[in-house]
Amino acid sequence: MTAKVVTVTSGKGGVGKTTTTANLGVALARLGKRVTLIDADIGLRNLDIVLGLENRIVYDLVDIVEGRAKLRQAMIKHKTLPELYLVPAAQTRDKTAVSPQDMITLANQLRQEMDFILIDCPAGIERGFRNAVAPADEVLIVTNPEVSAVRDADRIIGLLEAERKGPGRLILNRVKAEMIRKGEMLSPDDVTDILGIKIIGIVPEDEYVVPSSNSGNPVTLMENSRAGKAFHNIARRLMGEKVPFLPLEEKRGFLQQLGRLFGGGGA
Amino acid sequence: MRDQMVSIKGINDGLHIDLDPEQEWNVVTAELASRIDQQAAFYAGAKVTLDVGARPVRRDELTSIKALLDRRGLTLACVQSESQTALDAATALDLRIIALNAAATSNNNDGAAAYSSEEDGTLGVMVRRTLRSGRTIHSRGHVVIYGDVNPGAEVVAGGDVIVWGRLRGNVHAGADGDTNAIVCALDMTPTQLRIAHMISTSPPDKRHKAKPEVALVRDGRIIVETWQ
Repeated sequence: MTAKVVTVTSGKGGVGKTTTTANLGVALARLGKRVTLIDADIGLRNLDIVLGLENRIVYDLVDIVEGRAKLRQAMIKHKTLPELYLVPAAQTRDKTAVSPQDMITLANQLRQEMDFILIDCPAGIERGFRNAVAPADEVLIVTNPEVSAVRDADRIIGLLEAERKGPGRLILNRVKAEMIRKGEMLSPDDVTDILGIKIIGIVPEDEYVVPSSNSGNPVTLMENSRAGKAFHNIARRLMGEKVPFLPLEEKRGFLQQLGRLFGGGGA
Repeated sequence: MRDQMVSIKGINDGLHIDLDPEQEWNVVTAELASRIDQQAAFYAGAKVTLDVGARPVRRDELTSIKALLDRRGLTLACVQSESQTALDAATALDLRIIALNAAATSNNNDGAAAYSSEEDGTLGVMVRRTLRSGRTIHSRGHVVIYGDVNPGAEVVAGGDVIVWGRLRGNVHAGADGDTNAIVCALDMTPTQLRIAHMISTSPPDKRHKAKPEVALVRDGRIIVETWQ
């Protein structure tokens, strides 16, 4: 039994790669999988913060690659999930400190002991992207339902195909059903129409996401978060289960629907 | 007729490296490596346009020459060739391509075939996949794309451009000034469409139904009509 290496990438920055990586890691660990998260965003590390593990970092990815630490020493165990580990990025160096071959070697060292290795890819299409994608068995592309993010996702898919890692599966993040209904936001169909790849998950915009990332408790740990539920479902799909997609909008109560009928709106 | 099997010239934004298509591949690549090594520091960092002439360079050969350049700090950016095999290999490696259709002009001067029943046709390149954002195809002949041209992708052709799919990126037909060039697509909503020196854009969101259309120049402007 060996681990599946999954790289989370996007091209564009700020679409939710790190949030996605953290939440998928937590969700998989809660489903009983052994998971290691690798932050490949050297120089701009974030994944440790979102997981609430910043203050536990002693060694990082570059320390492993340059031989100052053993892999095991650098792996940080999650506070509540014993089978979830983080290999943090270095903050003081840049992407060139690591090569694609280093990442392959690192992932191979972990394969025997893990079920999933998730790699958080930096934004952009340069060295950091190539590092993060090199060991991947599968690539998840995170995008938002807006034209610029979809354009970058398209570029990324093209590069993945050229590296024979493609086409990957799509996570559509920060979807607002209300805006789609008004025709102000691209719908999942609009996005797949351009990109032509399979969607593995649609994550609704959720006001819990920012505070939970700030406090280091990914939303997947919260019971009543719709985004958390969506990440949980993506994790199950990654494990090969067939999970139906959540409806885009929460079911409204009878009174709310009545209100919409007569008031013509109401958020 | 050529004094060197490898010629290296400086061009605007990098190096133009010309490989003799007649010589043994291994000999040429070895010569290239040693030529670069002689002035390693001088060449390091350059973007390379590789002209392989008529040689049908295979993908693995192109991969190895790309690696050869990489190791010396040079980037292979573009492949220029008369061979479809070489162009396909370059496309597969996400490199920019320039198709040289030298064969078209030289073959036509046979004379003897004046009343041949064979149509000569004109040369073009065929791309059998979707062009995603950031990809470009340049050809002096025609370009046929069996797939979509996504927004952010670009096709530049000396002749016609035919897209058997959705055209949503930038396209330039008749790029060398031929106003008779046309652009056809099954769904015509390019970001920008040029024929020769003329430019037009798609009307903003017309919620249109996809239908085959052709763009051509009439009375000095680009018009789009149903393709039939």
